[in-house]
Amino acid sequence: MTIVQFILWSVLKVAVVTVVMLLAVAYTVLLERKLVGRIQNRWGPSRVGPFGLLQPLVDGAKSFLKEDIIPTGVYRPLYLIAPILALGCALISIGVVPFGVPVSVAGSPPLFQIANVNIGLLVILAVTSIGVYGIALAGWSSNSKYSLLGALRSSAQLVSYELALGLSLVGVVLRAGSLNLRVIVEQQATQGMLSWNVFGGMQFVAFFIYLMAAYAETNRSPFDLPEAESELTGGYHTEYSSMKFAMFFMAEYANMITVGCVATLLFFGGWTSPFGDLIPPFENVFFDAGLSLFWFVLKVFSFLFLYVWVRGTLPRFRYDQLMNFGWRWLMPLAILNIVATSLWLAYR
Amino acid sequence: MHLILFLVFAGFCLVGAINLLLQSHPINSALSLIVVMVSLAVLYLLLGAEFLAAAQVIVYAGAIMVLFTFVIMLLNASREERTLGSRAALRVGFPSVVAILAIIATVILHTQGLGVARLSDGITSTEELSAVLFTKLLLPFEVTSVLILIAILGAVALAGHDARDPQGIRERTGGK
Repeated sequence: MTIVQFILWSVLKVAVVTVVMLLAVAYTVLLERKLVGRIQNRWGPSRVGPFGLLQPLVDGAKSFLKEDIIPTGVYRPLYLIAPILALGCALISIGVVPFGVPVSVAGSPPLFQIANVNIGLLVILAVTSIGVYGIALAGWSSNSKYSLLGALRSSAQLVSYELALGLSLVGVVLRAGSLNLRVIVEQQATQGMLSWNVFGGMQFVAFFIYLMAAYAETNRSPFDLPEAESELTGGYHTEYSSMKFAMFFMAEYANMITVGCVATLLFFGGWTSPFGDLIPPFENVFFDAGLSLFWFVLKVFSFLFLYVWVRGTLPRFRYDQLMNFGWRWLMPLAILNIVATSLWLAYR
Repeated sequence: MHLILFLVFAGFCLVGAINLLLQSHPINSALSLIVVMVSLAVLYLLLGAEFLAAAQVIVYAGAIMVLFTFVIMLLNASREERTLGSRAALRVGFPSVVAILAIIATVILHTQGLGVARLSDGITSTEELSAVLFTKLLLPFEVTSVLILIAILGAVALAGHDARDPQGIRERTGGK
């Protein structure tokens, strides 16, 4: 494969993944509005298109057409960079996520993954940790007390929970012996559901730590203090309007999807079937690829469903509770999990 | 290809470093430092050290610099005042910087037995790195980790409240 072919294939994959990702983001918003509506015993959006299915498109058009207000007191360069940084980082990390079995068509590099990196897991962590700046700079450059408080809360929360998040993944890495996401999935592919890290791998403690830390990392309820409407009006994006606000909104949902993808890959066997070899693989490449894609999407979808369910159910934490929980419970628990996993692996 | 990437990111790194010195607002300086750190990570990657690159971004750009910006935002530090610079800095500072750089450069260039890394080197995997770290370099590694532990304990001891005064009442009221 020549370098031109490689670049063309990469551009194609990036374009397709970006479009799919943005569509997924739009429809995750709709999913949230519909589900929260049902939880609160109302219908949610139902007027635009059948079952309100065209609502995300109309919302997008609305944000494009709205007047873009830049308040006079803001520090302009950072105010303009912040939403780009937030959305950019949220979209970049999906680049190392494998969506399905390695298939290649007509001499292409493997489809279903943009880049197969040896340190895929670390890349996701690194990009997420850069994403904090989008929120922090937005809050600071807005020159408003609500934004600043939101940004301060957010940076403190992200730094605290990043530790627990990173430590909870160590157990999985120890079991797989690699940071490559493909290797981690293939290590769980042997016995179907029984060999998934969350069940057979005994990493359920790590899974719950990851899930809670990830909810805090994505600023989602019950850890959504950076944008607590009742205290901070809108948090770090109070002063943003129109498409800039929409970019923060999209970044949040893109991060949710990435978290769902990572949880699927690390704990739920990625694209592998939960039934293992009970259902023998079809001898057709396209059918197998489609099936792997189906399982992956189904698992990620259930994580998104869980996100919305949690938001519809749990009240918000208080700030000191949040910090205590992160430092005094999640982090020691994550360290204990690492020790236990290492002892088990050494004993075996 | 490697050379082009190297030139681009080395350029970013230098521009960021110079911008860091020239900016008068602390938050702009902090952001330039982040640019420097991230471009250094890319340079590590070009030399085949992928784990080091990721660690550079996660630890320096993602954690330490977040604390920097956090403190700047919290204190709401404003523009620094410009001075024309002291005469002492001009006469002593610049020559000594040049001298120190020259000494470091000669020491590095004349030392034997340092490893060599080229731009087109293959990637050093995390397994290889950890094998070296936990066998050949075990003692320095453990000593460093103990050092960091001591620093953490020191920070907690300094920041923590007095044992007889868990609520910090005496501190807030000035001993009354």
